[in-house]
Amino acid sequence: MTNWSEKYEMVVGLEVHVQLKTRSKMFCGCSADFGAPPNVNTCPVCLALPGALPVINAEAVRLALRAAIALDFTINLKSVFARKNYFYPDLPKGYQISQYDQPIAVRGTLRVRTPGETATHDIAITRLHMEEDAGKSVHDRYPRKTAIDLNRAGVPLIEIVSEPDIRSAAEAGAYLRTLKQILEYAGVSDVSMEEGSLRVDANVSARLHGATELGTKTEVKNVNSFSAVERSLQSEFERQCAMLDRGEVVRQETMIWDASRGTVRPARSKEESHDYRYFPDPDLPPLILDPDYVARLRHTLPEMPQQLRQRFSTEFGLNEAELDAVTAESSLAAYFEGVARAHGDAKAAAKWMMGELAAALNETGTGIRDFPVRAPQLAELLDMVRDGKLSHTAAKGVFATMRSSGKSAPVVAAEMAVTQVGDDSQIEQWIEEVFAELPAETARFRAGEKKLTGVLVGAVMKKSKGRADPKKVNALLSKVAG
Amino acid sequence: MRNIIDMTNDAAARAADPRFGRDGLNIVVATNQESSLANAERVAIAYGRGDPMSLPGMAIAVKDNIATLDMPTTCGSRILSGYVSPYEATAITRLRAQGAVVVAKTNMDEFAMGSSTETSAYGPTHNPVDPARSPGGSSGGSAAAVAAGITEIALGSETGGSVRQPAAFCGVVGVKPTYGRISRFGLVAFGSSLDQIGVFARSVRNAAIATYAMAGGDLNDSTCADVPVPTIPEPVEAYRGRTLDGVTIGIPAEYFPPSLDADVRARCDVAIEVLRGLGARIVDVSLPHTELAIPVYYIIAPAEASSNLARFDGVRYGPRAADVMDLREMYQATRSRGFGTEVKRRILIGTYVLSHGYYDAYYKKAQSVRALITRDFDAVFGSGVDALFTPTTPTPAFKIGAVTDPYEMYMSDIFTVTANLAGIPAISLPIGRVGGLPIGGQIMTRHFDEPRMFHVAAALEAALGGEAHA
Repeated sequence: MTNWSEKYEMVVGLEVHVQLKTRSKMFCGCSADFGAPPNVNTCPVCLALPGALPVINAEAVRLALRAAIALDFTINLKSVFARKNYFYPDLPKGYQISQYDQPIAVRGTLRVRTPGETATHDIAITRLHMEEDAGKSVHDRYPRKTAIDLNRAGVPLIEIVSEPDIRSAAEAGAYLRTLKQILEYAGVSDVSMEEGSLRVDANVSARLHGATELGTKTEVKNVNSFSAVERSLQSEFERQCAMLDRGEVVRQETMIWDASRGTVRPARSKEESHDYRYFPDPDLPPLILDPDYVARLRHTLPEMPQQLRQRFSTEFGLNEAELDAVTAESSLAAYFEGVARAHGDAKAAAKWMMGELAAALNETGTGIRDFPVRAPQLAELLDMVRDGKLSHTAAKGVFATMRSSGKSAPVVAAEMAVTQVGDDSQIEQWIEEVFAELPAETARFRAGEKKLTGVLVGAVMKKSKGRADPKKVNALLSKVAG
Repeated sequence: MRNIIDMTNDAAARAADPRFGRDGLNIVVATNQESSLANAERVAIAYGRGDPMSLPGMAIAVKDNIATLDMPTTCGSRILSGYVSPYEATAITRLRAQGAVVVAKTNMDEFAMGSSTETSAYGPTHNPVDPARSPGGSSGGSAAAVAAGITEIALGSETGGSVRQPAAFCGVVGVKPTYGRISRFGLVAFGSSLDQIGVFARSVRNAAIATYAMAGGDLNDSTCADVPVPTIPEPVEAYRGRTLDGVTIGIPAEYFPPSLDADVRARCDVAIEVLRGLGARIVDVSLPHTELAIPVYYIIAPAEASSNLARFDGVRYGPRAADVMDLREMYQATRSRGFGTEVKRRILIGTYVLSHGYYDAYYKKAQSVRALITRDFDAVFGSGVDALFTPTTPTPAFKIGAVTDPYEMYMSDIFTVTANLAGIPAISLPIGRVGGLPIGGQIMTRHFDEPRMFHVAAALEAALGGEAHA
């Protein structure tokens, strides 16, 4: 395969839809919950019954503003909801209420570091606007029929549109991961691509290195993971480069990512060429924000990942890899800080989280929020290791039992009888017994044959069923032999 | 208590009278005697218990585009045939709380698009004053219901004169409150920035009582203003004498063009002299952008309608075309069969003016001119004028079938659409008859100044006395 990136430059802009974490929908009181039986979360407003009217959900506005503040946007104190008109069965009103020429926020930025590169790149974000989601069309449930589920119709979304500032598939991935992390920290969304609370459309074009004009772009849709975004962009970029290289013209169109084949294909042309006939929604007065309210929201925002990294670095002396691991999600960072503060040794806490904890989360597929061992309990376990009450190996076993039983580390260790014995008199007694059982080896050891230390320690460990602190056994051997 | 149930029984019987049904004047399109009586019984119990009510046992007829329980809400359209709303309009809930009982749904131009009640899928309504003539529209059924004595009060809706024009044609009082005075929740949208529920009554006072019963902020309608509801005006007797002392009434020149029907002009001249006689100071004023109102209206209203009517797609309610191959055909067949000619015409106009490349030239421009029309009123009211007096319509009721050119039909609303565009309150009341046909006079005031509007109208009504209906 030709390495097109030597000759051509990839130019990408991303449109990200994020579902806001509100209890109710954008314009009515229906539950915004995911997973209810079809059409249960509906009312005259989101069913678009004749005569029903929308009313703006203040909580959705608050979350949109939090997202905008977290991404350094300029907030528009006046924004306008507009109707985007098109017909589709899962769009009950025949129009989507969105924001058009006066969105709630403009001009944001996201600082991105692409893996493998040292420099960061600031990606400009054009706008952030609020809108409502459509329902779902289910095509594969009934033969020759389409079913409509309107539970999702009217669920609040924000759309975040970047400038064409992204220069590689890897950078697009980094942008998305960073964006997701910030939105998760801001607490505005579940940001789950699997559950559809984060969706990505990518605009991509190719041009010769050094060119100043943008090439003709295509829009890649139907991508359902960040890695799929990267793969689809690379695939579409290569398709465009090959065309340009043959002297062909790239047509502006929508491409559908086919994950099973790992290629893009053009969407049917019917899916394009909409004239949405935007106009201000006469049912909703302009959204006017109180500057004091926006200022107050600014102060309620929690620490963002960058600030947290800074603080953890100076306060706990963590390195980059440790920082990456413990700040990946806000709840993980809070957990880490809980363990580090209770236990005292932040490095040990980070190490345990990157090793045992990460493996456990991976294995069960749960998030840290649902993890049964809470921060103070983990700290207690780490305390026991530090105090010599548990060997590292034994601690792993105790940790596993803590996860399944919900019991504390000392209780589990006692039940499993794995508590390390550091008590001198107990260890001395075991040594005496071993000396009695192995008189020949003991005599040679007493005569100065130090190589027999290993044999004797091993015998003591065996006698203690592995619970004796080996360091102590070593130290006490000579004393007892004395 | 007996009385409330008797009143409802009588009104329900009138509503069901074949003379007012499909084979008669075609005023009433739906009734539900059982539900009406059940509601009357509830009112009787609450009233007997001492609950305060401004309209105890008052039977009302409701335009077919306002959502009611127990009776269909079809907007005079095939596309909603048989549709019964599972929820009720805020305005209806509030009227019922004041003791009113809905006894009938009334005929209307399809989706309120028309000025004669001829575009209804149920066929035209006949004017009770002269059955060969139109009752006006689009709320023709409700105007006729009051004129025919079926009910004392009826609800209509206005987008561009749809209450006042039929009130004038049928010789009853018609009120278009300030935009935002009454919740639109449950009023099927036509032009959302213009729509407002209105009232027909045989007297100004009853019109005021019903208007205020529905008024006040509503959490279900963001365009409904949370302003205090005024107190109900004094009975008509209180307006005898020089009761308009200190009130300045403007006569806008643009509403008295040379083409104005001579009989209408003559009746208005009498009314103006009566107002002067009541103590009002009469001044000539100008609203220079008036002539632009009709073109502006016929851009903004269809634009909003083209979007508002998109929900009638056969997917969730109403008849759906079955003999189709795919989704596109389903939409086309459902909507082609469901909508009538005038509705289609306006959807086409509205779609066109919002289209890419035309938006600025039409919709945006129309909004700018609308602001100029509003500013005309602001300037006049800002100069010390308290109310404006004009004819309601350029002519008395025309004959059914006589107006065939859509543009000519649109012009019958020339004196009324301005109040919708500016959002101000306006009332039409009978000011006399010529050749047996009623003539309407219109009074307009500032935003939310319904008290002044009802005051001037009640004084004029009292002074004209029987003459208004002579």
